[in-house]
Parts: sequence; C-alpha cells; structure tokens
Amino acid sequence: MQKYSVFSLVKNAFTNHQDWEVAWKDPEPKKEYDVIIIGGGGHGLATAYYLAKEHGITNVAILEKGWIGGGNVGRNTTILRSNYMFDSNANFYEFGMKLWETLSQELNYNVMYSPRGIINLAHSDAQMNAYARRGNSMRLNGIDAILLSRDEIKQMIPFADFSETCRFPIHGGLMQPRGGTARHDAVAWGYARQADSMGVDIIQNCEVTGFDVNNGKIEGVQTSRGSIKTKKVGLCVAGSTTLLADMLNMRLPIEAHVLQACVSEPVKPLLHQVVTFGAGHFYCSQSDKGEMVMGGDLDGYNSYAQRGNMPMIQHVLTGGLAVFPNFSRLKMLRTWGGIMDMSMDGSPIIDKTHIDGVYLNCGWCYGGFKATPSSGWVFAHTIAQDKVHELNSDFNLERFHTGKIIDEKGVGPKPWIG
Amino acid sequence: MLEIKCPYCGKRSQNEFSYGGDATVKRPTLGEEISTEDWDNFVYFRDNPRGKHTELWHHVSGCRQWFKASRDTATHEIFDTCKMNEALNE
Repeated sequence: MQKYSVFSLVKNAFTNHQDWEVAWKDPEPKKEYDVIIIGGGGHGLATAYYLAKEHGITNVAILEKGWIGGGNVGRNTTILRSNYMFDSNANFYEFGMKLWETLSQELNYNVMYSPRGIINLAHSDAQMNAYARRGNSMRLNGIDAILLSRDEIKQMIPFADFSETCRFPIHGGLMQPRGGTARHDAVAWGYARQADSMGVDIIQNCEVTGFDVNNGKIEGVQTSRGSIKTKKVGLCVAGSTTLLADMLNMRLPIEAHVLQACVSEPVKPLLHQVVTFGAGHFYCSQSDKGEMVMGGDLDGYNSYAQRGNMPMIQHVLTGGLAVFPNFSRLKMLRTWGGIMDMSMDGSPIIDKTHIDGVYLNCGWCYGGFKATPSSGWVFAHTIAQDKVHELNSDFNLERFHTGKIIDEKGVGPKPWIG
Repeated sequence: MLEIKCPYCGKRSQNEFSYGGDATVKRPTLGEEISTEDWDNFVYFRDNPRGKHTELWHHVSGCRQWFKASRDTATHEIFDTCKMNEALNE
C-alpha cells in the first residue's frame, strides 16, 4: 500500500496527481469467507480493520448495500466525547477516546482529530449539582472534566446570550477538554483503506437478502450478488438492524427514528468548542471549513426515511438562536437526516445472538460516531474470540430481560422522548 | 410537514400533535399469570416495521384526545386515523 506523506504528495504533484493508487479495490465476492461483516459504515469498516490487525483474520468481506460511508458515518455531526456517568459507558467510550488520539497515525490517514473541548451548558443550581456529580464520576473513571462558572464560559463564548432576562440564563457548565471533533468521512475511508490493504474485501452495491441457518448455526448469507458461505456474520447496519434481524427471527428492543442535522454557510472562526444547549435541544460546533454544524432532537416518530421534516429543524434552530442570537443572520446551507437505531435504554448492544456465529452490533441511538474505533475494536474481539470483551460485557441483549439496563438519560423505553 | 387528520377535529398540521409510539403494544392483563418474558416484551421489544405502522398520536395542542393512526414509516404517508375504540381501515 502506498504510504501517504508530504513526500508522496510532492512526488505525485509532478504527475498531476494522475498516478495515485486506488485507496481500496472493488473485488468480486468470493464463494466463502471466514467472517462476513454486513454494513460498510464506520463500525463495520473498523470491525474488519481490527479483525485483521488485532486477530490476524484477513479472509473477511464487508457487504455494503450502497456505498461505504454513505449512511450514518457520513451524516453525523462528528462529535467525540466520553462524558458519561455510568461505568459501563465511561470505560467503553474512554477506551475509544484513547484510540481517537492516535488514529490518524495508526491509519496513515488524516482523520482531522480535533480535541477542542465539549461544553454542556447548565441553567440552574440543580443542573450545576447534577453536572458536578457527573464530572466527579467521570474523573473517578480517569476522564477529564471541569466544572465551569458563568464567567469562565463567558470568556470562551462571549457571543452567547448572557443577559439576565433570557429564558435559560447560563449558570455554568461541564466541560470535557479532550472532547472534540473528527472528519467523519476520513474515518470511514481511513479504515477502509487499511482493511483493504490487509486483505479484506470491500464489496459495495451488495444487499443481503437472507441468511442460511442450519441447526442454530450460520452457514452463509444470500445477497443480491449471489450466495456466500461463512461461519461468522457480524451485523453493523445501524438503522436497518430490525430489517436484518427479522430475517433471523430476532425481535429486538430497537426502534428506527430519523435524526436531522444542518450546516450554515461558512463563516470566519467564531466557535472554538463544541457547545451543547440541552435546555433548547440544540448543539453546535464549527467545522474546519467554517460552517456551523448544528443538531438537536429526533423528529419524534418511527421513521426509516433518511430525510426529516421542517418542524424539527425550526424547533432546533429556535433553541439555537436563544443561546446564540448572532446566528440569526447565518444562511442555512443544507439539512439532512439519518436513521438511528434507538435502543430502549439509550445504550448500544454488542453481543452474541441465539444463532451460533451471528453477532450483533446495534442500538447506537444518536451516539455512534464517537464509538467507531471502540465499537470496531470490541466487536472484532467478540467475533474473533466468540466471547464478549470486558468492555462490552454490559452491552448485552440479556439486560432487557434481567433488568440491568444502562439508562444514562433515565427517560424510559420511549426513544422519541429522549 | 405532516398533515394529520384528528378523528375529532379534522386535518391539522403536525405541530399540534405529539407522538405516542407503537399502538400494537398491549399491556399484559392484570390479575392473570404473567411471565417475566411477557413483561419484557411489553416494555422493551418492538416490531419496528419498515412500512405500515400502527401508532398513537395525541392532539395535544388541540382537543387533547389520543387516537390511532396507520402510517408508512418509509414514506410518511398516513393511510388512516381513528378513535381509540375504533378499528383502522387496513
């Protein structure tokens, strides 16, 4: 594989950039693979990469219905953080944060990792107490957290509404300085390129239409490009999880919902952190191109349509203008939507299933992007060793029967309210 | 913008309504022998279809009545709505 560096850039400049190797090949599916990963998104590509790198399993295919990186990894708002209170979440996402820190070097691909800090705004004494508690929990788990006063926040985002009469005056906030952003497409492409170089077949335009299960054991998958034999299948299909699970007679604690995001026209550097305004259902960061990247809540009804509806965009931006009144003169560039696999407790499921050789990775709700490296890493372990890793042992399917749910937000099994 | 026909008030904009989730979920009957699995299925597990979905809506900024709707989760087309004690046109 061609190594990307400043020297290769200069060298290729002399040939008008016509002679770059392809980043990944376009192979025909083989008759049989050791492992098949369904879903060529961030998690699927990362899983294949770690299967090859950590476990030496390279006879792997990634089957993608459309094109790689065209689903949620290309539709998110690129936020990285590990500011969770519960141990299961904190340990898992913090493991991921450490992978993010060296990911560009590891993949030889600039994922534009930017630990610019994430600030959650608080608007009451009670919320400050809750944030102090969460910050302390984070620090006990070795995660960085700082409780910010109103004045400290005013220094960082002086253009926010700090008037005394606004509906939600800013009392302070909780900051994770190591939180930040990364370039979402580069993450998918970087993992794809490395996985491909180690022998993984990335097969696009290949839809899975059925599974061959015999005596409770997986033997192969049926696809739009023929049947392929395998001993192990990993499902990494986010919003489409139920559609595949139905083919396996698996009923899941998952609902599909559409989540929208939007960006403004590019402007000069203004917002240097990620800021969340939970009281107004709004969060924002500024991309390296200068666009304000904004998001908020689910549209609020079950949906498999990768597009949303205007009322929620209006609702989110109304909240946004309450905290950043100077955004009112920004022009909107575009809006889009993606399908979230909302689990009933708000936490993911990374587990084995009742079928031998079928592994499940789903339930990411609106937090899948930051988990891309850690999800791929633990899922590769789960598939290769046929047992869950300590880091994903709590993210099991059984918890919806035992009651040991991980409800960080505590909203109950109604995803559209969360 | 969805236009939802409230069975009491007629067609109104989506802004007047809030969502109530899957209407096919049935609470296990009290007083009867109920397995924990029945409870788990009621609380956590959903069919989550791509296509026709029977669901609850609440005309919260209108007559405040709950009602049922049949809607396509892929196209957002609403086929029918009815009062809680009526049956949807399938």
